Amino acid sequence: MSTKGSKSGTPEPQNNANLQREMEIQNAKSYMLKASTNTGLNLYDHLSRVLTKVLDERPDNVVDIIEDISKEAKRSKFVYKGDTVRDEFDKTTEVALAETHKMLFEKGEGEGGEPEAEEEVETPLPNIMELSYYFEQAGIGLSREECFRIFLALKQLVDTRPLQTVRFWGKVLGTEMNYIVAEVEYREGEEEEEEEEEGEDKDEEKDEEPQDEEEGEGEEDDIPKPDYKPPPVIPKEENRTGANKKVYFVCNEAGKEWVKLPPVTPAQLAVARKIKKFLTGRLEAPIISYPPFPGNEANYLRAQIARISAGTQVSPLGFFQFDEEEEEQEEGEEARDTYVENPDFEPVPVRDLTDPSLANWVHHVQHILPQGRCTWFNPVQKQEDEFEDEEDEEEKEEPDEPEPEVGPPLLTPVSEDVEIDGMPPWTAKVSSHLVPQYAVAVVRSNLWPGSVAFCHGRRFENIYVGWGHKYASENYSPPPPPPVQEEFPSGPEITEIDDPTVEEEAALKAAKEEHLGEAEEMEDVEDEDEDDD
Amino acid sequence: MDSEDLIQYVDFVASSGVVLSSEQKAALQTSLVIMKNHYKFHRVYLWGKILGIKDDYFIAQGVSRDEMAERKTLYSLDCVQWNLLPPATKAMRDHTSVVKGRFTGDPSYEYEHTEIRKIGEGEDATEEEHTIQVKEEDRLTSVIATIDEEVAIAPRGAFVKTPHGEVIRNRSFEGLSVSEAGKLNSYFHLREPLKLKEKTLLEKADLDPSIDFLDSIEEDIPRGGSWSVQFERGSGLVALRSLVWLGYTFFHVPGTLKFGSMYIGNGEKNNDLPFML
Repeated sequence: MSTKGSKSGTPEPQNNANLQREMEIQNAKSYMLKASTNTGLNLYDHLSRVLTKVLDERPDNVVDIIEDISKEAKRSKFVYKGDTVRDEFDKTTEVALAETHKMLFEKGEGEGGEPEAEEEVETPLPNIMELSYYFEQAGIGLSREECFRIFLALKQLVDTRPLQTVRFWGKVLGTEMNYIVAEVEYREGEEEEEEEEEGEDKDEEKDEEPQDEEEGEGEEDDIPKPDYKPPPVIPKEENRTGANKKVYFVCNEAGKEWVKLPPVTPAQLAVARKIKKFLTGRLEAPIISYPPFPGNEANYLRAQIARISAGTQVSPLGFFQFDEEEEEQEEGEEARDTYVENPDFEPVPVRDLTDPSLANWVHHVQHILPQGRCTWFNPVQKQEDEFEDEEDEEEKEEPDEPEPEVGPPLLTPVSEDVEIDGMPPWTAKVSSHLVPQYAVAVVRSNLWPGSVAFCHGRRFENIYVGWGHKYASENYSPPPPPPVQEEFPSGPEITEIDDPTVEEEAALKAAKEEHLGEAEEMEDVEDEDEDDD
Repeated sequence: MDSEDLIQYVDFVASSGVVLSSEQKAALQTSLVIMKNHYKFHRVYLWGKILGIKDDYFIAQGVSRDEMAERKTLYSLDCVQWNLLPPATKAMRDHTSVVKGRFTGDPSYEYEHTEIRKIGEGEDATEEEHTIQVKEEDRLTSVIATIDEEVAIAPRGAFVKTPHGEVIRNRSFEGLSVSEAGKLNSYFHLREPLKLKEKTLLEKADLDPSIDFLDSIEEDIPRGGSWSVQFERGSGLVALRSLVWLGYTFFHVPGTLKFGSMYIGNGEKNNDLPFML
């Protein structure tokens, strides 16, 4: 009994202690369960959530990131409702693009039944994947997957249009979207008529306007006629010649529609040389610049492509040669503008190709003259045909015959290129020093950064990946506005003189009357003499 | 770009034309690991490549645990041998900013820059030619420091500032959402904040001091024009390209913690940007 009593004696204070602790725990718990007035959360639930997460995930060094986990737990409680809407947004764009890409992977309909016929016909499609391997060695290019998609897109281009040659020209970066450019040549006689008709209409309109102005002014002789004649519009080169030798197609993303770029005009080339603008990625974007660019972004892109091609498309010496037969027919100033592959080409060793003098590389695209064309056009001849007004012919001064512009002929070696600011215009390197047996010779342009060519044995190719601008070590300064036009030279016939004053007029009048009086006297005397007789 | 993920991530910047050949990737894999061990870096980044006339420099940076403290920069011509570059001081940067033109590719090359100064006053003024010699290494390190200051960026939330003041990677960073990834104010410059203190109190109230301790790139001059944001692969990859330093590409895969950047270019600033927009 006493033991029981004694036993009950010790647990009692323990019980009391326990009870007290229980009370404290209850207090603490109810405190923690108190919901926050701001957020409605309570500490108890939050801590239990955080600890559950920690125990489930068991991250390393959890004590360092415990605050972040706690914040995440709080944040996730609120953000939930927004998620459904955002998920919809994500999926549409990604899925839409994947759908366009999927179309690339589908084989063409109706052609699947005759695989044998396809093998016989030589396809103009180049082997992009092989080229991408070489370009990777050279240190430029696009990822394999992107290259493959471009490959399929080019195949689509080939299948839908009658093309002679197709080449992946490169990628031009823009601020909003990029351009993938393909260089093609149509088969003989195909698809050229549409462009010519549009061009002719525009030229005719321009011819009529200056004639009307001349006729109107010829009737009034008093107004001094201006000597200014607007410089004649230099016509663009025909398709398949000069700067328009190749036709270019662009698309923003492999799988999207290929858009044909319009042929380039000399005026566009001349202005493109003076301005420097980023491409936005939208072909119809206007180009706002000084001097004003005659066209929109599609024209500007085409002009830049023409300049880059003319400046940096190179091939190993001997790969192309002039066609022997045509040499005899062409005489005089006409520069040779066609070349054919040399069947006897012997591969140049890599060491020679990477020689710093670069004598083993030649340009195979015609140089563009300052006029904006590849073959010089004499603007004086055209002027005489246009003028019909006879009065003007007498006063017209014969403008001096402009000097014909000459550029380096086709297939000049790259070593003749002009230096930029004292540095060589090309950098030649070997792709690998560790394995020289299989190395590739790489030539990179310093004038157009992004333009690279490689050569390995018989394989060579050019590519451009960049923003589409020329390199200039000095900052770009826009051309100044033209000087103020001269006024008509002041001579005696138009110099203003002061009106005579009243005294002068009176003096003059008096002098005149005297003169008249004398004359009358003379006449009277004569008359009297006559009468007498 | 972090050296550990270099091989996988370099594909993400390939849309700008940035490509490493297999030989370079293999060499980098080994040499960066050796470098990390040798210099006791916490992390090693392949910063990029500066293209010279004769040869190109590969640049790597190593950081200690605090990402924004002392960064050591190293260069290599062949991805195997790495040499340490001297740190860029303000004086050095001013000194080398007069040199224009491409890098030559020879680290021992010295540029000569002549200035004509007038000494004396009035009619006695004589012109004296003052030739400054600038070493290519100094120019290299100054350019790298300038590029880092002007365009090195990271997504918001990727780095946190600990209560000690250290800047470390945020292990709970789960990536930006697609809509956030398209906005310029989700990216920060990785440099000492210049404009942060100028913000009004209202703006500061929304900021989270552990995450928003850096300048956002939205304020870069010219506004809205010095960065090009593009989504590739639908919304699967966002690529930011700087229009001021052409060649700097930053990528991020929204929803994941994959991000990185690389500079491959001439090392020359595009001062014509206002004309080009």
